[in-house]
Amino acid sequence: MRALGRKAWRDLWHLRGQALAIALVIAGGVATLVMSQSTYQSLTATRERFYREGALADLWAPLKRAPDTLAPRLAAIDGVQTAQTRLMAAGTLGVPGFGEPVRVELVSLPLEGGQPLLNRLQLRSGRLPNPDVDNEVVLGEAFAAAHALRAGDTLSLTLRGRQRWLRVVGVATSPEYVYQSPPGAVFPDFRRYAVAWMNRHAMEKALSMDGAFNSVVLRLRPEAKPAAVIAALDGLLARYGGVGAYGRHEQTSARYLEEEMRQLRTMARLFPAIFLGVAAFLVHVVLMRLLGTQRDQIGVLKAFGYPDRALAWHYLLIAAVIAGAGALLGIGLGAMLGGWLAHVYQGIYRFPFLAYRLSAGAVATGLAVSLGAAAAGALMALRAAVRLPPAEAMRAPAPARFGPSLVERLGLRRWLTPAVRMALRDLGRRPGRAAFTVLGLAMASAVMMVGRFQGDAVQYMVDTQLGIAQRHDLAVTFVEPAPRGAVPELAALPGVRTAEPLRMAPVRLVHGLHSYRTVLEGLPPGARLRRPLDTALRPVLPRSDGVLLTDYLGQMLDLRPGDRVEVQALDGHRRHVSVPVAGFVHEYIGAQGYMDLDALNRLLGDGDVVSGVLLGVMPGAAPDVYAELNRRPWVAGVDSRLAAVRSFYATMGESMLVFAWVAALLGAVINFGLVYNAARISLSERGRELASLRVLGMTEGEVSVLLLGQLGVLVLVSLPLGFVAGHALCWLMTQGFQSELFRVPVRLTTATYAFAAATVCVASLLSALLVRRRIHRLDLIGVLKTRE
Amino acid sequence: MGTPSRPDSDAVFRARGLTKVYRMGEVEVHALRGVDLDLYRGEFVVLLGPSGSGKSTLLNILGGLDVPTAGEVWYEGHHLSGADERELTLFRREHVGFVFQFYNLIPSLTARENVAIVTDLAEGAMSPEEALARVDLSDRMDHFPAQLSGGQQQRVAIARAIAKRPAVLLCDEPTGALDSATGVRVLEALERVNVELGTTTVVITHNADIARMAHRVLYLGDGRIVREARPEQRIPARELRW
Repeated sequence: MRALGRKAWRDLWHLRGQALAIALVIAGGVATLVMSQSTYQSLTATRERFYREGALADLWAPLKRAPDTLAPRLAAIDGVQTAQTRLMAAGTLGVPGFGEPVRVELVSLPLEGGQPLLNRLQLRSGRLPNPDVDNEVVLGEAFAAAHALRAGDTLSLTLRGRQRWLRVVGVATSPEYVYQSPPGAVFPDFRRYAVAWMNRHAMEKALSMDGAFNSVVLRLRPEAKPAAVIAALDGLLARYGGVGAYGRHEQTSARYLEEEMRQLRTMARLFPAIFLGVAAFLVHVVLMRLLGTQRDQIGVLKAFGYPDRALAWHYLLIAAVIAGAGALLGIGLGAMLGGWLAHVYQGIYRFPFLAYRLSAGAVATGLAVSLGAAAAGALMALRAAVRLPPAEAMRAPAPARFGPSLVERLGLRRWLTPAVRMALRDLGRRPGRAAFTVLGLAMASAVMMVGRFQGDAVQYMVDTQLGIAQRHDLAVTFVEPAPRGAVPELAALPGVRTAEPLRMAPVRLVHGLHSYRTVLEGLPPGARLRRPLDTALRPVLPRSDGVLLTDYLGQMLDLRPGDRVEVQALDGHRRHVSVPVAGFVHEYIGAQGYMDLDALNRLLGDGDVVSGVLLGVMPGAAPDVYAELNRRPWVAGVDSRLAAVRSFYATMGESMLVFAWVAALLGAVINFGLVYNAARISLSERGRELASLRVLGMTEGEVSVLLLGQLGVLVLVSLPLGFVAGHALCWLMTQGFQSELFRVPVRLTTATYAFAAATVCVASLLSALLVRRRIHRLDLIGVLKTRE
Repeated sequence: MGTPSRPDSDAVFRARGLTKVYRMGEVEVHALRGVDLDLYRGEFVVLLGPSGSGKSTLLNILGGLDVPTAGEVWYEGHHLSGADERELTLFRREHVGFVFQFYNLIPSLTARENVAIVTDLAEGAMSPEEALARVDLSDRMDHFPAQLSGGQQQRVAIARAIAKRPAVLLCDEPTGALDSATGVRVLEALERVNVELGTTTVVITHNADIARMAHRVLYLGDGRIVREARPEQRIPARELRW
């Protein structure tokens, strides 16, 4: 057997180019597997530990104002283990040297000092505020890092129109704010949105909430039924302005993190499956060819008495070495990419630590799956070859049978040159191989398209949502709904072009058994700054005779136009009214309803109020407008639309770009593996024929066209298929993360199609050129004498 | 070697002092050791000799597939021993027809197309149909190689080789893979081409019987032409038996 072993190594050496190409494809598959699984598991472990150590709450209940004396009753609800009351407020921070307003979500720390019972902070530096000092603040780590703020720095805080100075004493992360996006936004904006923690006493004073709270978080006992606790809680809080308690799956940070992990899990399955499928196919065709050329050797070895099993092992060993080498390379690559991905995640999900570990399970799976794929490919090739009786194996195989191709049988024969006929008939003789090659090439394009899809989709969402639907420069939110008189006041500010009122009413929408907590936006007739859109991106006017709902929300609540939906207002007079559904609007971000402002106000019975104003501002006037808005106590916060977009690209742009290039590289690897192997096998099968043609006077160029032209046809056929596959793959990926938070549109730009096509063509051309050199080395003399 | 039987001006090929040394690792193999040779227009020449005598090397050099280590070879006005790869390709394309021992037809092309793939390259070539008619295969033109017998395949190969009306037809063991009766039919086709088109034909063979149809027989041994003979009476191919 030792001689046979040596033969295996020499065969491998002989096949090194093709073996390397296959190993690279396997490496790509294993790398994506190890990367996504390791990251997934690291993220899961990190999240679990952070939630546990930080005692993340199970339920959140915002309300308007309740006395502290209510706290024991909340803690006594059946199933509640711990209840922590607190104050929360939205304000504006001024960072020295940063000209734009920063929205801040302030959370109180316990009156007696120290950590809260739930949602504990993990201090990254500094300390918690001294309970006796009112101007001390702990900043969220993401915001502090974005502005390079440290303990000892000072900031201004505008809360309820009053400005005060705060001293930073610490920087912390919280399990409650792993993902931080400003209210109403999908993407984080670490420069313009902050979370900060202050003394309860200081906040009570600033909000005039002595002895009261406006938020409670609860930890449940393991056996508790969340729905029952929520019902009891909502019952208790209803008279205190409770707007409905919710669990982790509705808590922004926890929810986003969960969505992200779902996406990662999809990737962990999809990508490796593509790569390893291609690898199995390549192992199969390469071994088929090897067995074809070694047919006589197999016969001789069998004649000498080697059993079938030994021969099968021999060829399996070759496949296993290729797969093993690819898997090892992939594990190394995957560990590296995983580290990078974890780093990217840490920029978006602010854990205090990210315990990135190469997952042993992923490594084992990677090895097993790649060996399995190679073995599957090999066994299919081996089955027939090893069974051949020795005498038959030693005889030359019967000459290849060919017939007219399908195209010729359709009567197009006389239009085709002999070279084209050769190519077509060759493809027709092994339609399966051609089909798999085309499929593999299509998947290569698809992988590249998926890589650029994220960027395309986000671009499209930003273009439609922020370009057509939301055209304001600044969105001003009031502390609480205010009379409409505020609007002309803001419209008259110097630098303001347009001002449009807006009411955002927190509601619960109920239809049958379905219900959803969201907001109804009341818009003035003829609103120009905020325009809900239909599927064709045409503005839809809000109606006074019914609500327009986000189409996704309509599906969630199982509503059709004309149906009636129950609107339960969660603030003000808390009316419950039944309203017809006037129609649907198409939105990618959020799920909410729209109505004519006056009609909404009439419906809810809270008077003629607005909860904010959208402003169009003259170029360059924004800083002055900010300053004016900051002076008004009824302004809770100001958002800049363009700043949000810019910040998004600063945060996510780089990682999206890297992801696109990694995917392009992976796609190119698949492409190379397929084209190079196809060309090498074709050269091996047709080498004699091509050498004969060289002897008969064809130039190297003409012979190359014969060999590579056929592959060129496959590559061209694969392109449109690749576009379809890419689109389908993107669709499949989005299915993993369609939610009421956002829906990712499957929109791919022409540039993405062009990029995939160009990369496929260039990668194919380069792979083909590698083989082209071998045509130069064709043995012209050998073919005169030998038979194949 | 003997004196040429025709004037020098009629020589299609002229070789002087052809030497070919192959270096195989440490060993030098002298395939040709100074061969002088003239081939004349319309001649049917048979090269006889044992394995390793240098027959194939000589044929390869004449056909522009190989270059001599030393010595000179001219084809009409062209100096082949100094030509580069591109010029040799052009030379083969325009002037030489090859017939291989194992036919080397393209399995995915029919008989007609196998001829056409060569005639497409050449100017002034005869039609594939005419070429196939010359080898008696008019009724097999649309058959694929796998549907033809060995002799038929070899005749397609001959048609392919002569369709471009080459000045010289080089055949390396054209009947080596065939039985006697089939071989004779192939030789008849070669004979007919030689007579009708006046193609200078060189046939390498182990088979001494085939020498009886030649104008001239060259015996090679150990890289040299050891003897030259002219059959007193040429026998038509159809009367050959072995």
